[in-house]
Amino acid sequence: MPPAALLLGPLLQDRLRVLVALFAIALGVALGYAVQIVNGAAVREFAHALQGFSGEADLSVRGPRSGFDQSVYPAIARLPQVAVASPVLEVQAQVSGRKEPLRVVGLDVFRAARIQPFLLAQADDFMDALRADTVFLSPAAREWLGLDIGDALPLQVGMREVRLRVAGWLPAQGTRARVAVMDIAAAQWVLQRQGVLSRVDLQLRPGADPAQAREAIAALVPAGVQVDSPDSAVEATGRMTRAYRINLNVLALVALFTGGLLVFSTQALSVVRRRAQLALLRVLGFTRRKLVAQLLLEGLLVGAAGAALGVVLGFALAAGVLRVVGADLGAGHFRGVEAAPSLELGAIAVFFLLGTGAALLGSLLPALEAARARPAAALKAGDEGSAFARLGRVGPGVLLLALAAVCVQQPAVADLPLFGYLAIALMLIGTILLLPRLLAVLLRLLPAPGGVAPTLALAQLRNAPGPASVSLASIVAAISLTVSMAIMVASFRQSLEDWLDRVLPADLYVRAGVAGDTAFLDAQDQQRIASLAGVRRAEFLRAEQLLLDPRRPAVTLLARDIEPGAAAQRLPLVGRALDVPGGAAAAWVSEMMVDVFGMRVGDRVELPVAGRPASFIVAGVWRDYARQNGALIIPRALYRELSGDERVTDAALWFEPGADAVAVSSALRTALPGGERLEISRPGELRELSLGIFDRSFAATYALEAAAIVIGLFGLSSSVTAQALARRREFGMLRHVGMTRGQVAGMLTAEGLLISAVGLLVGSFLGWVISLVLIHVVNRQSFHWGMDLHMPWLGLAGFGAVMLLLSTLAARVSARHALRMDAVRAVREDW
Amino acid sequence: MNRHRAWRACHDAAARWRMRRRQLLAALPLALLGLGARAQYAPVRRGTRLSFPRDHGAHPDYRTEWWYLTGWVTDPAGRDLGIQITFFRNRPLLQEANPSPFAPRQLLFAHAAVADPREGSLLHDQRAARAGLGLAEAGTHTTDVRLDDWSLVLEHDTYRSRIVSRAFGMELRFVATQAPMLQGVAGFSRKGEREAQASHYYSRPHLATEGDLTLHGRQVAVRGSAWLDHEWSSTILDERAAGWDWIGINLHDGGALMLFRIRGRDGGVLYVGGGLRDGRGRFRSLDRAEVAFEPLRTWRSPRTNVDYPVAMRVRAAGAQWVLQPLMDDQELDSRASTGTIYWEGAVRAMREGREVGRGYLELTGYWQPLRV
Repeated sequence: MPPAALLLGPLLQDRLRVLVALFAIALGVALGYAVQIVNGAAVREFAHALQGFSGEADLSVRGPRSGFDQSVYPAIARLPQVAVASPVLEVQAQVSGRKEPLRVVGLDVFRAARIQPFLLAQADDFMDALRADTVFLSPAAREWLGLDIGDALPLQVGMREVRLRVAGWLPAQGTRARVAVMDIAAAQWVLQRQGVLSRVDLQLRPGADPAQAREAIAALVPAGVQVDSPDSAVEATGRMTRAYRINLNVLALVALFTGGLLVFSTQALSVVRRRAQLALLRVLGFTRRKLVAQLLLEGLLVGAAGAALGVVLGFALAAGVLRVVGADLGAGHFRGVEAAPSLELGAIAVFFLLGTGAALLGSLLPALEAARARPAAALKAGDEGSAFARLGRVGPGVLLLALAAVCVQQPAVADLPLFGYLAIALMLIGTILLLPRLLAVLLRLLPAPGGVAPTLALAQLRNAPGPASVSLASIVAAISLTVSMAIMVASFRQSLEDWLDRVLPADLYVRAGVAGDTAFLDAQDQQRIASLAGVRRAEFLRAEQLLLDPRRPAVTLLARDIEPGAAAQRLPLVGRALDVPGGAAAAWVSEMMVDVFGMRVGDRVELPVAGRPASFIVAGVWRDYARQNGALIIPRALYRELSGDERVTDAALWFEPGADAVAVSSALRTALPGGERLEISRPGELRELSLGIFDRSFAATYALEAAAIVIGLFGLSSSVTAQALARRREFGMLRHVGMTRGQVAGMLTAEGLLISAVGLLVGSFLGWVISLVLIHVVNRQSFHWGMDLHMPWLGLAGFGAVMLLLSTLAARVSARHALRMDAVRAVREDW
Repeated sequence: MNRHRAWRACHDAAARWRMRRRQLLAALPLALLGLGARAQYAPVRRGTRLSFPRDHGAHPDYRTEWWYLTGWVTDPAGRDLGIQITFFRNRPLLQEANPSPFAPRQLLFAHAAVADPREGSLLHDQRAARAGLGLAEAGTHTTDVRLDDWSLVLEHDTYRSRIVSRAFGMELRFVATQAPMLQGVAGFSRKGEREAQASHYYSRPHLATEGDLTLHGRQVAVRGSAWLDHEWSSTILDERAAGWDWIGINLHDGGALMLFRIRGRDGGVLYVGGGLRDGRGRFRSLDRAEVAFEPLRTWRSPRTNVDYPVAMRVRAAGAQWVLQPLMDDQELDSRASTGTIYWEGAVRAMREGREVGRGYLELTGYWQPLRV
């Protein structure tokens, strides 16, 4: 082991840079670890909740959200392979005055006792488990609703209110989701779901063949009802959130990457500065291996400190997020699930190693370079430039960029845009490897400037691009990531705005309830709405969830009042639309259905509507930013015909000339029984709401952009400082031949300006390319929605100008700071 | 499940229902519930003529009902075993207007146990379900109770029962050799001082039993003799009751003896009754003055520390019998389902040191007074 002074000395000397590198790594680790904890907690809770729902079941029969015919249940229960069958009716109920739905689970206690014991309450009066008006709340629901035993739980059913009595609590060791359990018959009756079930959980007889049982059940169930192990529901939930989770983790990796880059630039310049000192160590008997180890240890120390700090910060961040925002990170995936952070040694180890590894990698190249130098040459002054001669090679960089070009062509891997992320990483690294050459080429294009300082600066950069490339790398990385993010977000936001304009053409939007699916408008309500004074036209919508694949989240079926001919103007279609021949049923599918279910325009697809398969022709593909799990639109008349169900959840109203929203709204509320419960919105409000949600979801990326810029600026400033220190002898000579201190500082500032200008140019271009990958590969493969490229020119120009200004300033301040020593001493240092 | 418990549960349900009905009606629009006329239990009336096979079937208008089979069987090796098969029906008077087939209008429970001295304690299992959807039903034409794969069905003069469980199984036939023994006054059986505290009750002693018993996967052919009680009621047991003792004995001379006493929480006896049919088929209902229970020996359960008077001397109509258990540990822990622990076991009836009959003894309320 080298003496501690040898190790800590250089680190302490470069305090600022080391600290910045350390914080960058801490940030990356903290972010990644926090995302990991939050999602881990949420997914765990959700899986736990789902498992609690299906309990000890071997198989689970599930169908559309609105349920399936209950006659399936006795048929399944009588199968010889089945030991116990537990029928379940599950409804997302609208709790009066609440913005989020409550999951109401209707159970047959006698059946559930053998499969889902955790959903059974210990009631003082057993009969409470069978009454029509009693519910049992989970601890999370109890806390959320603030109710006590005997209190009324008001639910909206249709446009009426039903008040249930809280009779007790579900066991605390059961589900942590917000759940209310009641008798299954009572749920069917009170929530107006006569004749349907949403699930049957099964336990097989010992020795029964699951595959055979599955087949026997599949033969009994209607179309749209699936048999699978209960785990598939957990898997589907995991899938629902995975893209979101991975994207956040990639952001964390970006921060780690930046941190590694900072360690690289710090170490690279530190090695240059200590070239003679390190050569001396070699002469004094340090082997190459020992020297590399010594330099790597420095990087390791920074990395380990940063990673340790990151783990602590990450846990604190996660705990805070879970408490304040909730486990869904504001994305709404884990509604109603209460999660707590947990310390998992595995995750801690992974993120600690990632942070340390990034720092280690960052210091590897400089260490190897330093070890390669011949001591005799390195001991002489003025040899710094040769250290980075190797960085000038073009081959590896070009190869990486070519690989990136191949990667962007690849499809998603297990629903994840892994190749897209790889392409971005390759582009970044490839470009950074090419930077010295790029710098040289770009500088050659510049005309000879006037004035001493700029001339010298240009000459310096042209002739020794190595050290400059190092500081350039951090700037390019910071700028390209910021620019790509900015372009992607701007494109997304503009596309969303355009989309909102398309999907909100009416004058007023009416919804039966705020959340859940117990609120609805019946035929009479619809009649009343349509014939309201001031309403020219009313269109209704019925939403239903279909389970096309038990391992995926359900897709949304929207039954809308839409004329096949009008689809092109009414729907945000992308690509060509088809004129469906008269008599055939048309379905318009969201982009997700194309990507995941392979539905194409003109295809004939079979959809299970109300338990029967119905054939549709895909008439067009539309863009849907609202439902990530996929959606289909079919004409409502057809849905009504197939299902016999008149109920709707939403209405869109067009006004007579002169009618105004306030008057129509109040007329609605008085004309409909229970009208005070309607959720009435103007398109402008919905638009604001959607954009508000969008901006909130992307707040994290804005913060990360800011962090990237700060890191980039620090990188520049610290490398200018380092250069200034490394070139003391040169400056001493320049001062000696008559240059003022100001002129030397000016020269350094000009160098900084040149570097940042080149960095801005290269970084912006790279950022634009990366944004294309983000838009067309990463987003499309993660969320299955397309968007149009929108360049935020004004923002980018402003950003560029500010970056240039800031980096010049940073260079100037750093230079002045470094030059605070007199010329005589500077020359004396040069033996 | 024991009889007392079932009576209680029903009583509680009704009382609470009455209490909550106001709240319920306030909470739900009347039209939504479709509650028109108020539903009520059918009353047990003196003088009601029982008619068979109709009255072998279920009486869903009444609050509660059971078919309670107990018997002694012998395996080919000559070993004696006790068997118990019980089906309960309960009308909780809930959701009766609900059109859903899941509506808990009728609940069915079943218990089955085998007393095998080699086991040392009871093999026991239970089932519970709401009636409906063809999965659990209690037919009204004759005895036809089915609860998933458990059943008790009467065809002509033969009851058939099928019980499937993890540790044991039964596939038994019970052939009636005598006419139904109508308890009390022509099947009207008083259970308390008040006229309303009564049930319709008949027994079928001396059922010739044969079939297969499966114990831990091993099937054995058995034959023997059993006793069936069929009882239904809507009325309430005395609120001061702690539990009850009951016996049903097939006497070897062809006679049959049923006795019960209801014990008060204060340790006293609230009500006593019974019926004796002699070897020639003559029946007489027994009242308080003619019946007495005298504990001879208690057995303490190692699991619950409860003392049960597992050996008794009973007196009725001037005669007396000593009851000795097939084995001491016939305690039945049904806390998981019905919330109580009791003793339900095969006993020998001895007179002057000689076995004169075999039957079952039921001891409830010794663990804890049954909850009111």
